[in-house]
Amino acid sequence: MANLASNFIGIKSPNPFWLASAPPTDKAYNVERAFKAGWGGVVWKTLGSEGPPIVNVNGPRYGAIWGADRRLLGLNNIELITDRPLEVNLREIKEVKRKWKDRALIISLMVPCDEESWKAILKAIEDTEADGVELNFGCPHGMAERGMGSAVGQVPEYIEMVTRWVKQHSRMPCIVKLTPNVADIRRPAEAAHKGGADAVSLINTVNSITSVNLDTFSPEPMIDGKGTHGGYCGPAVKPIALNMVAEIARSPETAGLPISGIGGVTTWRDAAEFMTLGAGNVQVCTAAMTYGFGIIKELTAGLSLWMDQKGFSETDQIVGKAVPNVTDWQYLNLNYVTKARIDQDLCISCGRCYAACEDTSHQAIDMSPERVFTVKDDECVACNLCVNVCPVEDCITMERVEPGKLDERTGEVVPDEYGNWTTHPNNPMAKAAE
Amino acid sequence: MTNSPQTDGIVPARLDPDDLARNFDDLYPCFDDHEARVAADRCYFCHDAPCITACPTEIDIPLFIRQIQAGQPEAAARTIFDQNIMGAMCARVCPTETLCEGSCVRQTAEGQPVEIGRLQRYATDTLLERNEHPYSRAEPTGKRVAVIGAGPAGLACAHRLAMKGHDVVIHDARPKPGGLNEYGIAAYKAAGGIAQAEVDWLMGIGGIRIETNKVLGRDITLEGLRKVFDAVFLGMGLAGVNALRAPGEDKDGVRDAVDFIAELRQCDDLSGLPIGRHVVVIGGGMTAVDAAVQSRLLGAERVSMVYRRDRSAMGASDYELDHAQTEGVTIITNAMPVAVHGNGAAREVEFAYTWQGADGLEPTGETFRLRADQVFKAIGQRLEGSPDALAIEGGKIVVDAQGRTSLPGVWAGGDCAAGGEDLTVTATAQGRDAAEDIHASIMA
Repeated sequence: MANLASNFIGIKSPNPFWLASAPPTDKAYNVERAFKAGWGGVVWKTLGSEGPPIVNVNGPRYGAIWGADRRLLGLNNIELITDRPLEVNLREIKEVKRKWKDRALIISLMVPCDEESWKAILKAIEDTEADGVELNFGCPHGMAERGMGSAVGQVPEYIEMVTRWVKQHSRMPCIVKLTPNVADIRRPAEAAHKGGADAVSLINTVNSITSVNLDTFSPEPMIDGKGTHGGYCGPAVKPIALNMVAEIARSPETAGLPISGIGGVTTWRDAAEFMTLGAGNVQVCTAAMTYGFGIIKELTAGLSLWMDQKGFSETDQIVGKAVPNVTDWQYLNLNYVTKARIDQDLCISCGRCYAACEDTSHQAIDMSPERVFTVKDDECVACNLCVNVCPVEDCITMERVEPGKLDERTGEVVPDEYGNWTTHPNNPMAKAAE
Repeated sequence: MTNSPQTDGIVPARLDPDDLARNFDDLYPCFDDHEARVAADRCYFCHDAPCITACPTEIDIPLFIRQIQAGQPEAAARTIFDQNIMGAMCARVCPTETLCEGSCVRQTAEGQPVEIGRLQRYATDTLLERNEHPYSRAEPTGKRVAVIGAGPAGLACAHRLAMKGHDVVIHDARPKPGGLNEYGIAAYKAAGGIAQAEVDWLMGIGGIRIETNKVLGRDITLEGLRKVFDAVFLGMGLAGVNALRAPGEDKDGVRDAVDFIAELRQCDDLSGLPIGRHVVVIGGGMTAVDAAVQSRLLGAERVSMVYRRDRSAMGASDYELDHAQTEGVTIITNAMPVAVHGNGAAREVEFAYTWQGADGLEPTGETFRLRADQVFKAIGQRLEGSPDALAIEGGKIVVDAQGRTSLPGVWAGGDCAAGGEDLTVTATAQGRDAAEDIHASIMA
């Protein structure tokens, strides 16, 4: 059986599943329940500077979108960092870490953007024996208005500066948590790297309004008739997160920088996908908030089973496995030609492929009076929309036209060799093949 | 409770009132909002959807289901009523397994269709409960149309004509409008007074007057109506009932199933309605099923439904037959009644087994007897009281594709006219389409 033990920037945990800094990790009670359930580690909910505790709203903090059967697809929150006194958190962190030595315990931090504040908080947490710190440069709501969270994460220079202070004033491993609310995720990652971060974690939440109440004309979640943008997370954000993780993993400037993957991890498969795109471990929040800590059993058993089936024995073997296959559009092989194929035995004649292709794509599917749907190879550009809208899995597939065979759409024989845009005759910038 | 299912004879109150109330309540309750959204989510919004083609009224089913998904059942109802003004009753009584749901691609794929009938009920009930009538009348045309029969065909015709600005008078032989929806369908399919509620809601269009207790040929004549009105639509259904033609048919305890069903539907206190201990229903259609199942629900101990041909030839759908069997009805096929025995009142029915001979159905020579305090005849209805001037073929009024009869200015639809399938939904379609043709004719 695959060994799920994880060593992320020197921080060991029995499995690569950590609970992300969030409401589930706000106090010893929850964290201990998580450890009992089997979670490999937690990032304690973000601590702020000493002083009067943070105040949260007293109306709804969360908003959501759902599928038809109320399956939660996306969650949004406007909760701030911990609203418990600093000393209570510190005492509990210390107690929990002493009790659960084999688990990873990281402290998330967010203090004002000046060296003294960071120095002070690092000194305060030194005594907890926690395994590391995570710098919260991500939260897009509330604290950002006070110059913290994503307000720092959106300015690479600030990231680099603060990271440097942290590395200067602490010996703890330092993870920088990034906000996705930026134009290019590689810039903040590079800044963290330059500042000396041991790792980055991403994504934090995406700025969002989940819905609008059409009776009161107020955004949700609504507080006394008003709403504000909150941080969006859950299954809906996973594709955004996967891309950002991959971009950092394959960028020459940040290649090799450890990544803790976050963003909609709900099942073992999501974790496996993040890890193959370069994440050394994953952090989970929304799935736990939706279903409780018990999901860890599916996550660990599922990852382990898949690794066994694929012949992997250690998690390190899967980290980054898919990164070499992430490339730029310009390097995609234009001589790879496929056509849609409809399996008539599986087809249930709903006609969705026809409607999609005829109305919105390339008019490449024929419909007979008997509701038999067939692909017109001379029109099909292999866009894959029919595959995506077909309600029957594997009914429509993309089949390769082998090199040497005629592409009926172009009237040309499919070339045997790889050829991309950089050398394509239609590209004014193309370089002649040498 | 004075009686039990084991009490001999035809007696009331075999079950206590609570059980009776439960037995005759909705077979399936209406979806709540969440159930409806989950059920609606299963619809694939098929291109040129087979369910629309399968619906005799061609309701845009994927559209109304999408409107339910989008949280607007009242908009969904409007989509349904645009095509089928009797949509609330059709949602309850349509044999959906042979129509829309039978053609659903998910039926083909998984044997589990989208629950179109129940979704339609959710949508239509939502609008009916609000008692909103979404249609308004066109400018008055000054034209007057007479409709005979306030059943689905007549009501659908009248509503469409009223929408177009005509004044309509419906004449119906019964004390209440609704036709078979009110008198001829099992109570558990039309619980909560839905048949009358639908008529009341439909009348919200205005411009329609219903004259009850008016029998064609007794109180009114076709010739008389033709003189006074610009057009006449006949939708009086089939008032006659076929006879057994077996000795003993006149014994006490033998009656027409349609009368029993009508009496039950009009009964305010089911514990006062007598039912036999041993009930035999003769016939294989929906009327036979409704009589047999409701006999069981009233507390009859043994109920048999006997049909002269095999199961595949029965008029009732598999769904209805399965339901009857679940309710404890014994279905006996390939047996025809030979005689009703008894000393004054029926005590037994004698049947002969049948087989398909060279010249049609023949007795095999073997007979058997079933105990029967009560015998319900459900071997089909026939046209009765049709004006002599009309051409009749195969026992029905001859009509063309627009519903025109052989007489100028007279249209017909529903069970009394040729071409239908004796369904509420086909009657509704014929009434609606005849109204369009009447409108075109009288405005020409």
